[in-house]
Parts: sequence; structure tokens; C-alpha cells
Amino acid sequence: MLRYDEEMPAIETGTFDESALVAKAREGDAEAFNGLVNQYERKIFRLAKHITQSDEDAEDVLQEAFLKAYEHLPDFQGQSKFYTWIVRIAVNEALMKLRKRKSDRTVPLDEPLDTGEDTVVREIAVWDDDPEQRYSREELAGILDEAVQSLRPAFRTVFVLRDIEEMSTEETADALGISVPAVKSRLLRARLQLREKLTRQFKRKGDDVFAYM
Amino acid sequence: MLTCKAFLHELNQFLDDSVSAESRAELQRHVNECPNCFVIVDTTKKTLKVFKGVTEKALPPEVHSRLMKALERRMAAKCGKAPAQDPAQQV
Repeated sequence: MLRYDEEMPAIETGTFDESALVAKAREGDAEAFNGLVNQYERKIFRLAKHITQSDEDAEDVLQEAFLKAYEHLPDFQGQSKFYTWIVRIAVNEALMKLRKRKSDRTVPLDEPLDTGEDTVVREIAVWDDDPEQRYSREELAGILDEAVQSLRPAFRTVFVLRDIEEMSTEETADALGISVPAVKSRLLRARLQLREKLTRQFKRKGDDVFAYM
Repeated sequence: MLTCKAFLHELNQFLDDSVSAESRAELQRHVNECPNCFVIVDTTKKTLKVFKGVTEKALPPEVHSRLMKALERRMAAKCGKAPAQDPAQQV
């Protein structure tokens, strides 16, 4: 379940030196590796939860991601940030969880079908008051949860990394192993589909719904 | 004038302000003149805003604790030592 909080806890970056910790962890310093875990566990859990939409699966993903990172630390080349690397591992684990679910077996996760339908805009209506004021946090979180869940995994993943985790287009492409144009195209579709879903929920009563292009 | 389809194609670049000043002016002109695209820009901005307000509270302590125990066991196994955890407490 998503939570709606006004204050987003900030990650302390002032004293955090990722590359120094990675270097020490590669030499076998367990404390250094734990420092990396402490820095990123919350973000990894959150993104795993957004992708899998399940607490249980998100915890499995969190553990598997850090265990694999620990095992494969000697292979980590340091060409990208550790954070991007652990995100990539976690996303792969999360997508594997989805693949194991019967209902998602028919949907390709990495290469969405290009039907041209994803960017069609049907709902054009101004929103009522700010949803933050109209709904309780729990109600709003439920609405947003459902909207994210309705996205195809390939779009959902890009949206979570770009717009929730606030990674750059390049970092997202790196973490997902896809091209920058693919990130841009999927993000556009994800945003438009979410806008569509939320407009159905939040539109001002009495506004007509009409087809557009 | 830019078509709505062409505008939508550039929507993210417009919202993220990652276009040249010249393109931005052209896109802005379209928004000013097209009521539908004006609404799309406005509601997409609001969509992003409402998601930005969503976050998890701190990681549940039991999730953190199980992660650290799993790591401890893996680290101990790698060093060839017995797990640090008391076997009697293992479930």
C-alpha cells in the first residue's frame, strides 16, 4: 500500500561517500557494505513494492537484490553508480516475480507491443479541487496504487524510476538496460495513461468526456 | 501551427523543460491556442504532482532486521564461519 506523506524523508547525502564504501566493501569490509545497505534499502524496497504491488514480493526482492550485490561485488566494474547497479538487480528480481505470476505470463515485460493505442488521449476534462484536499491519504494512496498497477510492467518500471525515484533518463536507461529513446517513449505512454486514469477519477463533475484525435 | 499529435510527442520534453528555447516557444504557442492540449498539460502536471507526494514511511523495522540477518548469514558462510545468529532462534 502506498502512503501519502507531506514530508518525504530526505536521504542523508552529506556524509555519504558511495565510491569509498564500495571500495572498502570490495575488500571485504562488511561494515562498509552495511553502510550501502542502510543508504539504499528503503528506496529499493519502495521501488520493488511499486513494481510488484506486494509487500511480500518486495521484501523478497530487497533481500535477493542485496544478497546478489554482495555476492557479485567483485564483478561490479564501477562504470555506473552502485545505486544504479543495485536498482538494475532489484528491477530484474521484481520483473521475475511478475513473470512467475500466472496472470502476467501472456504479457511480454521488456518489449511492449506497439499498438499505437497507448498515447491516445480520450479524457479531456479539468480536475476538480486538488485531490490532496478532496481525498484522505489512504483513499488517495489506493487510487494511485490502482493506477500504477494498471500500467504494463515495462511502462510501470520506467515511470517508477523516473517520476517516483527521480532518476535521470540516462540512469534509468542504464538501470534497465534499454536505450534512452525507449525510456522516453515508455515514460510518455506511462504518464499519459496515468493522466487518463486519474482524470476519470478526479475530473470535475458535469464535464463531458469526448474523443480526441 | 503545430498539430496536437506533434505536440503530444513533445509533451514530456515540454514538461521537463528539456527543449531548446525556440522549440519551447513553439510548444507554448500551441498550448496557448489549443484548449485541449492546455487541459492535457495541466492534468499531466497535476498527475505528476500527486505522485510526487506519495512516499513510503520508513522501512518496516522487521523488514530491515530480516535483511540484515540474511546478509549476516551470507557473509558468515562466505568467510567459512558459522552463522552469527543463534541457531536456536532460527525459525
